[in-house]
Amino acid sequence: MLKRENIRIPVSQQALIVEKPIDTTTIGGTVTIQINEKKVSVPFGTTILDACKENQIHIPTLCHHPDLCIAGVCRICVVEVEGLRTLQTSCSFPVTSPIKIHTSTEKVRKARRHIIDLLLSEHYGECYSCFRNGNCELQSLAKEYGVDGYSFGHILEPKYKVDKSSAAVIRDMNKCILCKRCVRTCIDLQEVGVLEAINRGHETHVGTFLDKPLADVICINCGQCINRCPTAALRANDPSDEIWNAIDDPKKHVVIQTAPSPRAAIGEEFGIEPGHSFTGELNTALRRIGFDKVFDTNFTADLTIMEEGTELLRRLKKAVVEKDSSVKLPQFTSCSPGWIKFIEHFYPEYLDYLSSAKSPQQMFGAVIKTFYAKESKIDPADIITVALMPCAAKKFECNRPEMNSSGFKDVDYGLTTREMAKMIREAGIHLPEMPKSNFDEPFGNASGAGLIFGATGGVMEAALRTVYELVTGREVPFENLRIESCRGFEGIKQASIKLENCVESYNFLEGVELKFIVAHGTANAKKVMEMLQRGELSDVHFVEIMACPGGCLGGGGQPIPTSEEIRRKRAQAIYEEEEGLPVRKSHENVHIKYIYENFLTDGPCGELSHKLLHTHYTKRGKYIS
Amino acid sequence: MLVVEKNNLSYEIERMIKEYGNDRQSLLQILQAIQKKYKHISDFAQQEIARLMNIHPVEVYSVISFYSFLSTEPKGRNIVRLCKTIACDMAGKDAVEIAVKRELGISFGETTNDQRISLEYTNCLGMCNEGPAMLINEKVYTHLDPEMAVNILNEIK
Repeated sequence: MLKRENIRIPVSQQALIVEKPIDTTTIGGTVTIQINEKKVSVPFGTTILDACKENQIHIPTLCHHPDLCIAGVCRICVVEVEGLRTLQTSCSFPVTSPIKIHTSTEKVRKARRHIIDLLLSEHYGECYSCFRNGNCELQSLAKEYGVDGYSFGHILEPKYKVDKSSAAVIRDMNKCILCKRCVRTCIDLQEVGVLEAINRGHETHVGTFLDKPLADVICINCGQCINRCPTAALRANDPSDEIWNAIDDPKKHVVIQTAPSPRAAIGEEFGIEPGHSFTGELNTALRRIGFDKVFDTNFTADLTIMEEGTELLRRLKKAVVEKDSSVKLPQFTSCSPGWIKFIEHFYPEYLDYLSSAKSPQQMFGAVIKTFYAKESKIDPADIITVALMPCAAKKFECNRPEMNSSGFKDVDYGLTTREMAKMIREAGIHLPEMPKSNFDEPFGNASGAGLIFGATGGVMEAALRTVYELVTGREVPFENLRIESCRGFEGIKQASIKLENCVESYNFLEGVELKFIVAHGTANAKKVMEMLQRGELSDVHFVEIMACPGGCLGGGGQPIPTSEEIRRKRAQAIYEEEEGLPVRKSHENVHIKYIYENFLTDGPCGELSHKLLHTHYTKRGKYIS
Repeated sequence: MLVVEKNNLSYEIERMIKEYGNDRQSLLQILQAIQKKYKHISDFAQQEIARLMNIHPVEVYSVISFYSFLSTEPKGRNIVRLCKTIACDMAGKDAVEIAVKRELGISFGETTNDQRISLEYTNCLGMCNEGPAMLINEKVYTHLDPEMAVNILNEIK
């Protein structure tokens, strides 16, 4: 019997997971196959593709992606298997017998070249005017296989209209090669289900429900499909031209806030291996581009922790002391705009469980156009706030109608890491060569707790460091403040921390075991919500959910490609940078203390912070009209 | 759509899911049953099926768009499908086509105003030796000539 959680994926499409036998000499554990005259032993059930990869034989792939299930639709990875009449796709061929494989015969090479040529014949678009030029898998395959002429012709007129309806994601189906990575991303990885193959045969295209524009269907704008598209069929809505205009306008005061994840990934756009942070270099580059001030989103991440942590403590107090049964616990984080839209659509009846705190991006927008404008005596109407984010959904979030608590549009533009890298290149700057510099005052360098927001579990870790210390008066009892139970890439992490010897004002929490859950990817978020619906979370206090796999560092605006290995390296870069920072707890950030003393004088969750830093949500529902 | 009508449809789908099961493999049976009864699968029906089967609406739409016997737009009470493949074409499909069009006053892909007949093309019916062939609802008519085709059409209610 199929398990309930697997029912969505047909058995034929589920990834074949064969555990490697511990003792390789175990009979039946391995199969000896011959790849190009070389005898190798592989575990029973390994695909030919994996077997080749382990033996340093390169096989081209297009529809295959390490994060997704096997599809076998592009046929580019065909190999010859002795005894079989036709060529076999190596990505979907499990090794079960001692077969002989040839990966580079004339037949194979010719087939691959023809497949690429046929894909190109339907692929409308000229490489030099394409944003994926130089980073396109189809382009590099055509180069690899020497496909330099259109032997099967080439489409001259676009067949589909470009869908620009969404604030975050643009779909250009003329460049689609029907590898269906986006379909598998949307249905299996994120469980949002926007895209599917529509129609049959040569009329097949990837489309939405009733072929509606993307803005009219239930899309959470996470942009994971963009990260997995091999061509330029999916891209983010790029506001860089408007930002250049603002920079060139002498009347405008353009400030940028940079999120933690882009720093750990932007180097990849400049040919650096994943896993290196470029915080200082990025600051210099941004100033040279012409941004008037460069601020650190980590500052408002710290502010988020203060607000969200206070909100959690208030809810706990109500539940424990006043025995108020209407208090919604667990409290869910609200930092990820993809997750917010997900819950608004799929679980609108649970919106009260969300923290009312805005995401760090929107908090910063509101703070810049009020506090900063006042401090530096600039008219907020002349301030343009740009947010450098790893995220496509932030573009949607900054356009939400309720996000104008400063009296202006709080954040004018959301910019992704890829678009920022493009702007830096356009300005003639090679990022890794830049000297390092710090963030601008009055927000300065933020705490490490804000920095780890970029990785899944980071918000939880940052919140625990602050909440635990507020309640008990001591640091969290972990070596070097590393709360390991929050870290790592497991889908749903569940752990707890015991509150003992509390300070007087938090006596009511004495002996309480603070239980928390960390989940990333909306497929896991869905599982958590189902647990909540079944009433299994009644003893949990705090839940962190990030819409993208790996948290923000795997966001839809990050450099392409992405895989779990790359995401791990980015996380490592963030954690390494964090350990070197002087301040590592949100409440110890001097700038946070300053803003609460001088601007938000009624404290966290006070009246002014409620106006500027908190928001409300919309019940959207699942029905597509 | 009226609220009452909506609820009726939901009950209908719920009943079908009880009958056929809510696994993915029962989707096609449910879609066929809805198509047979309502002559199309409305966007509301698609979303109700998706909700009750715990799949995404776009997956339902994807299946409907794959099969030419399922449709999202309302069709007439009877569907006349003329084979357009080469064997029937050689056997005199064109004459039948013209006669049928003239008789009904509509072209292919359209429905008569009284919702009696929808006219469509179909791919090969496997009646290549007996062409031209035509499928009306679930019944195949072969060896057609224009006069015969018109007579058959006039007998449909």
